[in-house]
Amino acid sequence: MSAYLRLEKLTKSFPGHLAVDDVSLEVARGEIVALLGPSGSGKTTTLRLLAGFETPDAGRVVVDAEDVTDLPPERRRFGMVFQNYALFPHLDVGANVGFGLRLPREAASRRVAVVLAMVDLAGFERRAVTALSGGQQQRVALARSLAPEPRVLLLDEPLSNLDPSLRERTRRELREAIQRVGITTVFVTHEQEEAFDLGDRVALLHEGRLEQVGNPDELYDRPASAFVAGFVGRANSLPGELAGRAAGTTVQVRPERLRFDPAGSIAGTVTARRFAGGGAYFTVGAANGLILDVFARHDAATVGQAVRIAVDRVLFPPGEPR
Amino acid sequence: MTRRVAWSGLLLAAVLAWLVAGPLLVVFAEAAGADVAAFTREPTEWQALWASLWISAASVALSALLGVPLAFVFERYDFPGRRVLGALVALPAVMPPLVGVIAFYFLYGETGFVSHALQAAFRLDGAPWRLQGPGAILLVHAYSMYVYFYLFVRAALARMDASVLEAAASLGAGGAETFRRVTLPLLRPALAGAALLTFMTSLGSFSAPLLYGGGFRVMTTQIRNTSVNGDQALALLETAVLTTVALLGFALVQWQEKGASVASVGKGTPPALRTIANPFARRAAAAAGWLLAALLLLPHATLLLISFVPVGTWSTEALPPVLALGNYRQMLTEKERLGSLLNSLWMATAATAGAIALALWAGPIVARGRRALGRVIETLLALPWAVPGTVLAIAMATMFSVRAPWFGRFVLVGTVAILPLAYLVRNLPLTGRAVLAGFRQLDPSLDEAARSLGAGRWRRLLRVTMPLLMPALAAGGSLAFVTALGDFVVSVILDTYANRPISAQIFSSLRVNELGVAAAFGVLLMVVSGAALGLGARAGGGR
Repeated sequence: MSAYLRLEKLTKSFPGHLAVDDVSLEVARGEIVALLGPSGSGKTTTLRLLAGFETPDAGRVVVDAEDVTDLPPERRRFGMVFQNYALFPHLDVGANVGFGLRLPREAASRRVAVVLAMVDLAGFERRAVTALSGGQQQRVALARSLAPEPRVLLLDEPLSNLDPSLRERTRRELREAIQRVGITTVFVTHEQEEAFDLGDRVALLHEGRLEQVGNPDELYDRPASAFVAGFVGRANSLPGELAGRAAGTTVQVRPERLRFDPAGSIAGTVTARRFAGGGAYFTVGAANGLILDVFARHDAATVGQAVRIAVDRVLFPPGEPR
Repeated sequence: MTRRVAWSGLLLAAVLAWLVAGPLLVVFAEAAGADVAAFTREPTEWQALWASLWISAASVALSALLGVPLAFVFERYDFPGRRVLGALVALPAVMPPLVGVIAFYFLYGETGFVSHALQAAFRLDGAPWRLQGPGAILLVHAYSMYVYFYLFVRAALARMDASVLEAAASLGAGGAETFRRVTLPLLRPALAGAALLTFMTSLGSFSAPLLYGGGFRVMTTQIRNTSVNGDQALALLETAVLTTVALLGFALVQWQEKGASVASVGKGTPPALRTIANPFARRAAAAAGWLLAALLLLPHATLLLISFVPVGTWSTEALPPVLALGNYRQMLTEKERLGSLLNSLWMATAATAGAIALALWAGPIVARGRRALGRVIETLLALPWAVPGTVLAIAMATMFSVRAPWFGRFVLVGTVAILPLAYLVRNLPLTGRAVLAGFRQLDPSLDEAARSLGAGRWRRLLRVTMPLLMPALAAGGSLAFVTALGDFVVSVILDTYANRPISAQIFSSLRVNELGVAAAFGVLLMVVSGAALGLGARAGGGR
């Protein structure tokens, strides 16, 4: 993979805390990468370092073999879609989209029309941005950032301002639009589903550090740390000896990798059952206050029943049970 | 980028320190050389200081007594004509102080309409009263300053969340208890703000004490008197004393504003207007409202009428026998008079433009730059507001009467430059407050969006920041323009023959008893001020 966009050992601290800690990441041309993490993980700061709104304390940003670390945002040619869209309220849709264009009037309005058509808003030039729905505003923001043909597209929580009912459709449209343009894209989100659905790869950040980069399957099945195992999907933490590992360690096991089995090594009582479509999650209270989530067929057990549980596969740390 | 902001901020702080703090420091420095002991032994000085203080306190009380009930009536009750009347009630705000003062003179003075009418009605030998002394000053103050209470309290009532009042009711509080325990505490910031504004305005008031004071002196007129009598050292000492009192008030305002935000938790809607059900009461309320509006409009109407009375045609009749346009013709054709009109216009425009430029410079530094530097700049921008006009004029005159370039002192007294410069300093709080508030409301991501689209500094300023700040610029700018245009107190001390403004022309017309010409100028000032404020409000409102 030849990297088009490279983040090299980026570090940024604000008074009192280290926001981004030695983050390196390579993005191929045309690739879509999601920066995923809980709030305060440094994902937005990383995006702002990429855009040039923040200057790193150390490290470099390289695009197409050009070091842009010291280039101000207005000369970076990176398009950005803001979380609140940041549409200029005093300009109409056409003037918003045409804001970044340095073209003669005719050519500019042609370009505006082309980009608006690309986001399904053909003919919207004279509309006031305040009169648009949230989804339309989001697409205008996207069109505005794409109009000057930037080298990289950056999106900050692109869907968080939309109604949940609108989110899934807009996500699909967003993906289609980005893929049509074929632009190298980095976006920030705290929603796993969004990251996995939109991103070719996902970079998981935690407390300013990059925990793992990979496609969704890799993150889910082969987490690089206990944090990844717990953050992506559900996982139970249990003492290593119950899973056939060394005593004193802690291991992570997915609920679907626990199994009701009369020969199982863990004894407990079912305290609750939550229906979940193809199966059910059973909450099991075991010895020493340990509480486990087990995913099984919905008729596998009843509340109050004494059960025994076996561990199929430990998620993290890697290695097969004995 | 950050470094550039820091440098630009330091430079701005230096400019403001030179223009705002410099003159005041010079006053204190030179006053220290005067005979302080003699000053403290002089009873007339103490009397003037005491007079300034009690007149200001009484002005606050009277203005509140008028303004607060009016605010409740117009914000809580619905009756025919509420909207129009509500706007008319704020009208004294568009009257420049000197114009208001002469309008009162024409109306309630010994030879004014009301005394004329009473004289005729009761066949009195002389005028029923003399419009002179503290009572007259307080009358003018209450008339022109209740607007602060009215506007502040109305705005606060409009922001109040109805659900809070409903919650109080559901917890068993009656009307009086809700008022005492909920409404009043929520109004506290508005009341305190209006009270301080009234107090400070009254402390610096000059026109009313000058024309109506007679032998009764307050600090501002005392300073002018001493200065005219040629005792500059004593005048500076008096100025320093008044400045100290004003700065204490200013500090109080700053402190009060810090704790002022009794913020509503939710974004509720204000309570619905109560319609007066009883048709008789409704009509009575409407009639009372219109009567009140007429009373408030009387000074304006009087001024208009007098402006049509040719000089020397009206003596003892109840109404003027001749009305003509002669005064206006004189105003627009006589070179000297037309000149003063043009002087006021260009000086107000230049001062407003300068004050806006400085405010725009300050905006990004205060809103997003370094905290400490921003606070210094903001304080310097607000400071002239606390300084009475008389003080500012004397301070500027002292600062700029000596050549000492290393201390930023140049000889500007006697030149055309000093008056517009003084207007500019006086305008800084008006433009500064509006523009800084505008900057704080700006979404920083808009500027960032423009940057990411390749827009440089100037393009962002012209195409994003300025258009978005337009309401704030229009509001602050029109207020500043009107203040400079109608200024009397600074002009009377700093003007030269070459740039006499309108107010000086009005004053000298009054002295030679050309009342009609003075009134015509007053009407003109009122119309231009009203138009400027209206334009500002329109550009600000957007719709």
